[in-house]
Amino acid sequence: MPEEIKLMKGNEAIAYAAIRYGADGYFGYPITPQSEIMETLMDEMPWETTGMVVLQAESEVAAINMVYGGAACGKAVMTSSSSPGISLKLEGISYMAGAELPGLIVNVMRGGPGLGTIQPSQADYFQTVKGGGHGDYRLITLAPASVQEMADHVALAFDLSFKYRNPAMILSDGVIGQMMEKVKLPEQRARRTEDQVRQEQTWATLGKPDNRKPNIITSLELDSSVMEKNNQRFQAKYKLIEENEVIYEEINCEDAEYLIVAFGSAARISQKVVDLARAEGIKVGLFRPVTLWPFPSKRLNTYKDKVKGILTMELNAGQMIEDVKLAVECNVPVEHYGRLGGIVPSPTEVFEAFKSTFIK
Amino acid sequence: MDTKEIIKPENLVYQKPRLMNDNPMHYCPGCSHGVVHKIVAEVIDEMGLSEKTIGVAPVGCAVFAYNYLDIDWIEAAHGRAPAVATAAKRLNPDKMVFTYQGDGDLAAIGTAETIHACNRGENIVIVFINNAIYGMTGGQMAPTTLLDMKTATCPYGRNVALNGYPLKISDLLVQLEGTCLITRETVHTAAAIRKAKKMLRKAFENAMNKKGTSVIEFVSTCSSGWKMTPDQSNKWMVENMLPMYPLGVLKDKS
Amino acid sequence: MQHEIIIAGFGGQGVLSMGKILAYAGLMEDKEVSWFPSYGPEQRGGTANVTVILSDQRVSSPVLNEFDIAIVLNQPSLDKFENTVKPGGILIYDGNGINNPPKRKDIEIYQIDAMNIASTEGMAKTFNMIVLGGLLKVSPIVKLESVMAGLKKSLPERHHKLLPMNEKAIIRGMEIIHKQ
Repeated sequence: MPEEIKLMKGNEAIAYAAIRYGADGYFGYPITPQSEIMETLMDEMPWETTGMVVLQAESEVAAINMVYGGAACGKAVMTSSSSPGISLKLEGISYMAGAELPGLIVNVMRGGPGLGTIQPSQADYFQTVKGGGHGDYRLITLAPASVQEMADHVALAFDLSFKYRNPAMILSDGVIGQMMEKVKLPEQRARRTEDQVRQEQTWATLGKPDNRKPNIITSLELDSSVMEKNNQRFQAKYKLIEENEVIYEEINCEDAEYLIVAFGSAARISQKVVDLARAEGIKVGLFRPVTLWPFPSKRLNTYKDKVKGILTMELNAGQMIEDVKLAVECNVPVEHYGRLGGIVPSPTEVFEAFKSTFIK
Repeated sequence: MDTKEIIKPENLVYQKPRLMNDNPMHYCPGCSHGVVHKIVAEVIDEMGLSEKTIGVAPVGCAVFAYNYLDIDWIEAAHGRAPAVATAAKRLNPDKMVFTYQGDGDLAAIGTAETIHACNRGENIVIVFINNAIYGMTGGQMAPTTLLDMKTATCPYGRNVALNGYPLKISDLLVQLEGTCLITRETVHTAAAIRKAKKMLRKAFENAMNKKGTSVIEFVSTCSSGWKMTPDQSNKWMVENMLPMYPLGVLKDKS
Repeated sequence: MQHEIIIAGFGGQGVLSMGKILAYAGLMEDKEVSWFPSYGPEQRGGTANVTVILSDQRVSSPVLNEFDIAIVLNQPSLDKFENTVKPGGILIYDGNGINNPPKRKDIEIYQIDAMNIASTEGMAKTFNMIVLGGLLKVSPIVKLESVMAGLKKSLPERHHKLLPMNEKAIIRGMEIIHKQ
């Protein structure tokens, strides 16, 4: 066994990957089922090694605003929480989008609404990809389906968020956060120096040298004609992201007569459903969006004349199904199966649901 | 002395601070913000910190502070400036980070952020403008509004049964181990401005010397919100605000 | 080859850590592994369970509702998981506190009185390793060496002195497990 392969929880993988990425700061508040992220960081004491700052904030609101402050200085900073905590952070996320700040937010989803349950859920899909906070903004959203992807998506999310000056979210859930799997952590990268940040993030507020104008990080613009231009600039950026940054995975889709579309933990369960179906001679494929925004609509659209039916499997009441229907332009029957409130369905349960929906 | 003589550089007795630009201020005549901006700009420049300073602007009348002082600024969400400043300072320990906040921002919606940043002893300066009213939104009641004082949301005067008491937040912050210097100042006379500037400089020195959080409260006027002339405002402030918010050093560990 | 295992018992019985050691042993043998626990307040005195999958291939669903092997350490867990064992599969239970023993005829049922042995032979701290030993005896899904190597890897160095004690417990478990 190669030495670098480790066994760890998804939450722990996020923490280690953040240190390895050379992240500058983490600001968080404890909430189940993701507290291991901050616990691992505090245990590892990266401020002694890479210089990464780790701070337990007084609230979710403070934590996201610390991310806002750190990001304004051009730093690679992050926070993590679970559903109720993310609701509190949405103000700050909207401000980050409005001020065009990079940064990573991790949501290890649990069942809601309200205080809900601490068990796994995917009920924050709408909240994440349709806005959540106020204003016309988009959040780059990655949906890891394994502990390895929890680790890999940290760098991916940071890189995308810096590339486009837009916050990015890793949208995970209690299954992926709490489960242990094998993981190969990325190589340790050095944190960027202040000079590097000044060069790469020319907008960063790191103190104004005499030879440049002040850098001002703000989302405020009272002149509506300018504010509209700002919004148009955001929209152009979002379009660029939609064109260039879509990621998805297709499993057994080449000859599929039916598709299951699922992300994150639901995709893992659905992968087993594909096996069960194939064992019975039913040609089912799994289409897994890895980026939930930008959504792989174009690719999904290519299946509209190829398959007889699509089942979306989500740990919610049917949220992503709306994007799937839009993607195939209602040319294929699209149905939903999901469990609510923290219940995670088994592969056989989903397979039975699939059969009763499409095979009869 | 003729005019030519007077404007000779060697006869210069006063000039606009270098860090203040020519943007016309949106502040009302008689408002304390302009003077406080000026002494903040002077202190930063006199300490040679202009290239190291990050200001954090609030939501409130000073939301546009970033338009007037030529330094790097972060505009925070309402009340969150101390959290924003916490990260800016922790990630850049050699920088000078200060927040500039009003009473609604600091003592109402942002109370938690204020208390916890102070309690952690963040090495930042909090410049606190207390004019007992929400100026930007049109003169509503603030946490620091005096009893019986009339505002848009307490049109018959602040009533204890309905609204509770004026919040003396600086006195509260004195109790926190993390705070280093807490003082209450005004800028309504030349002498007061000189004294306030001294305290402000001490606060900035504390932040650079990592001595904890310094809070400089400016008991201020809001002539528009109070519906008074600038002169009346100053008088009203002295007669009504200062008994509730007495001036002077509340705490000094620097 | 894929082994799908559920381990369930009271919180504090070492259910999750037994699963972890099994997963580490799988890691030592270069298998694909997944470990998915029940989490939250369930851990504190209530019932806890963990699904462990050891496989030669990429593991698909970490969440399952039927298992090759169920290890149940109290009555509620037995009640909950007896019917989730696949026909021909294995059920291992600790007889301590069991009033309604398992009844299925289409699976192999083993009893291991680990709780009893742990308390009478001064092995309370390694109770779960006794149970693990029983599992390895009736279904050697991983090698004993791999378990020991996994333990060594998962334990901080200051606890390595406890390794012989754990090995002893595993071997004791192998001795006392018996078919119902």
